[in-house]
Amino acid sequence: MATVVELPLDTYKGPVDPDWCPGCGDFGVLRSVQMAAGKLGIQPKDLMIVSGIGCSSNLPGFIHAYGVHSLHGRSVAVATGVHLANTDLKVVMTGGDGDGYGIGIGHFIHAMRRNLDVTYVVMDNQIYGLTTGQASPTTTRGHKTKSTPLGNAEIPLNPLALAITSGATYVARGFSGEQKQLADLIAGGMAHKGFALIDVYSPCVTYNKINTYPWFKERVYKVEDEGFDPSDMERSLKKSFEWGDKIPLGVIYKVDQTTYEDTEPVLKKGALVKQPLGISKETMKAFVDEMI
Amino acid sequence: MQEVTVGIAGAAGDGLDKSGDTLAKTAGRLGLHVYAYNSYQSIIRGGHIWLKVRIGENKVFSHGDNLGVLVALNQDSIERHAYEVDEGGCVVFNSDKIKCDPAQVKPNVEILGLPMAEITKEIVATHGAILPIMQNTVAIGAVLFLSQIDFAEGESVITETFQHKGDKVVQLNVSLLKAGYEYAKVHSRPIMKDWNYSKIRRPFVTGNEAIAIAAAASGCKFYSAYPMTPASTILHWMANHAEAAGICVKQAEDELAVINMAVGAGIAGVRSMCATAGGGFALMTEAIGMAGIMETPVVCVEVQRGGPSTGLPTKTEQADLNQVFGASQGEYPRMIVAPRDTADCFNTTVEAFNVAEKYQMPVLLMSDLLLSEHPETADVEVFKHDVKIDRGETVTSWPETNGKYKRFALTESGISPRAIPGTENTLYVSGSDEHDERGILISDMFTVAPVRRKMFEKRMKKLDLLLKELPAPQIEGDPKADLTLVGWGSTYGAIREAAELLCKAGIKTNYLIIKYLYPFHGKEVSAILSKCKKKISVEANFTSQLARYIRSETGLAMDGYVTKYDGEPFEPAFIMQSVKDILGNKVRNLDVTEQEAKEIAYHYLRTNYKESLRPERIVKEGKNGHNEATWKVELVERATKKKQAELSVGIETGATYEFVPTAE
Repeated sequence: MATVVELPLDTYKGPVDPDWCPGCGDFGVLRSVQMAAGKLGIQPKDLMIVSGIGCSSNLPGFIHAYGVHSLHGRSVAVATGVHLANTDLKVVMTGGDGDGYGIGIGHFIHAMRRNLDVTYVVMDNQIYGLTTGQASPTTTRGHKTKSTPLGNAEIPLNPLALAITSGATYVARGFSGEQKQLADLIAGGMAHKGFALIDVYSPCVTYNKINTYPWFKERVYKVEDEGFDPSDMERSLKKSFEWGDKIPLGVIYKVDQTTYEDTEPVLKKGALVKQPLGISKETMKAFVDEMI
Repeated sequence: MQEVTVGIAGAAGDGLDKSGDTLAKTAGRLGLHVYAYNSYQSIIRGGHIWLKVRIGENKVFSHGDNLGVLVALNQDSIERHAYEVDEGGCVVFNSDKIKCDPAQVKPNVEILGLPMAEITKEIVATHGAILPIMQNTVAIGAVLFLSQIDFAEGESVITETFQHKGDKVVQLNVSLLKAGYEYAKVHSRPIMKDWNYSKIRRPFVTGNEAIAIAAAASGCKFYSAYPMTPASTILHWMANHAEAAGICVKQAEDELAVINMAVGAGIAGVRSMCATAGGGFALMTEAIGMAGIMETPVVCVEVQRGGPSTGLPTKTEQADLNQVFGASQGEYPRMIVAPRDTADCFNTTVEAFNVAEKYQMPVLLMSDLLLSEHPETADVEVFKHDVKIDRGETVTSWPETNGKYKRFALTESGISPRAIPGTENTLYVSGSDEHDERGILISDMFTVAPVRRKMFEKRMKKLDLLLKELPAPQIEGDPKADLTLVGWGSTYGAIREAAELLCKAGIKTNYLIIKYLYPFHGKEVSAILSKCKKKISVEANFTSQLARYIRSETGLAMDGYVTKYDGEPFEPAFIMQSVKDILGNKVRNLDVTEQEAKEIAYHYLRTNYKESLRPERIVKEGKNGHNEATWKVELVERATKKKQAELSVGIETGATYEFVPTAE
């Protein structure tokens, strides 16, 4: 294995500065993605960040890498196409809880079923920020938002449990207030062969007045501190349901499984984008002969 | 120059498509031309399936009108189709199970019952009991004799078809074919003369197969799809040939994923394609607009079927033109193109990939059930492996000394040289938001109006260049004709043959087929149509969508509109009759015909009563207490032909009024 040459943080400094609200959790996530890429020594030209739509989905514009700022909820589908077309790129999807767990949840689940070798960083602020504060799929029950003035009636989705049971092979939770750990979690996901989900609590300082920095700081703890072994599905599932006074951070589940790429015969010859175009005379003849 | 049409009718699961294939492949290998159409239903077993195989020494462009031979695999098929056999033709069936009354056929039509048990007695003695489905092979043997198509060639097709099952199965099927042939030889007479075989072997190909093979030849590397009739057979071909063609074939969770994956693959720099039917396309539209604003090449095939909603899943229609025009919010450049036949499907797909990459835009290729699923013979030369591949202006390396790379550079042509992700020094973000030359979005801090304006103009400018490259449509047939038929897509074949019929009937007719729907040759079409004496559009929809579009682009209205929206494709004689009615200023008669009353009765029996009955005699009656004249349909017991009931069907509305059981 080639030695990894770590790259400095400013390697990935984007063309424009982020325009998130001052104090937004997403600043820390951006920095952690940059740190993770640097840690793994990934050249900007080999890094592809794919997002959907939302505050956090603006991230590709703020990092020096290739990127796609796609449609609301479609980042995982777009990233699947990008990744299968060029498996030499390191594909990282970034977005919010509304984008990934609301409108885009179908693609999210199916990409995990495939154990596609991509990394998904969800900036989970438990609110719709860019549309000015409506309930999201992870908003807690009873939370009063612009769209739930009587309090949110729905139970929040559990992304970690969903990921574990859907086929993801690396499931972690981070907190933008724990940047160093978060960078490690993202780097771990990027290095992992298979689908990696890093659900990141990234507080919205403008529209979520409940799940704030101090709120999380009082509750979070690191699972590695208690020597948690993430390789057992049942144990991991149980851990993924911990919520309330104690909220676990770290790698919740990690196993090695066959990836989609392992089973796709045309990828055996390398990245599709580098393969020659078209078919030979003999192949065409064989195709036509079938129909005579 | 002779031709024959063979009809094969039965239920789903009877294996009649395989029998049709045997016949068509045999003819195709001998150098005859074939066009087949399978009228099937959204059912796996049962239902009524109806296949027409038209064979000619010259190219045939549709499945034609009437039949030369009918192979009926059940009793219903006799009752529904025996009358379609032309004089001098023949009806073939298993006479152990099915009966055909001389009153059910036209005069001078031969009735050839095959006593299946007797014919296959020796074969059963050697090979054991045969499956009902194998009796089709006996019937095809008889058809080969009746239509005087070379038996040896049929034998070789059967041999190859069953080769993988071993010699015994081959022998069994060949002897069945032979038995049918020999029985017909002794008990009937040929309905055709000797054929003039060109011996030019031609493949028997559907539009969907042609599209898939063309994609492979064009260097398509990524194909995504969600199963949906009538686009699914592209997915099937792709999946079965993925490795040989070097294509990553991805069945996705829904059409949203399908198009977004295809666009993603396009961004990453591979040629990508997806296909769906109208319903799936409705889910795709937002992402097609995204490909437009991101200037991403992608080919999307939209195969129309009867709509709206689930509509008629296995039937044809051309009613999605407005949907495809209206796909996505906002305005963006794209090409919309509609091939006319199988060979054109191949060439158009090759062109679609080139246009998509050269102009960096989505290409929407419109087909329909008829074009996508009907097989026809096409010349081998159509299927070129070394097709033209034009990837457009690309940037493969960018030294730092060049300064900053601009993915969306404002250029005179509107085309910005494209760098593929992974290239050094050309990093950019493909944004679904409006952006500047470098791809930096302008929609957040300050929406820069002039940047928006120039980027918009740049994208739309590409269309002017594209239009110049595309060949304008032309009148086909006699340029001085008195009448011009106007159409698009799969109706080409029936329109062409209708024009020929009309010419023979003394009405000089030519036709204009529009292939490039967008960008549109407004000037050229206007010039052509303003010279036409009379123009009538022919479209498989209710509202004549193309005619309306032409009117909006040229200010020229048609003199008449032939439409069809019952799910079945046009036949030349129908178009001719409709045109004659229009020219004769006849108001279109929408009354239920006697034949339609029979179909309505069949449906009524299935849903309300029992299938042990079938419609027999049909007579026109007065109002009988209803607000309209009615068809009185006598319903008899299938086995005994004993009258059991009567059903009234409104001639004007098609309503079923009363079901009166016959008193014992």
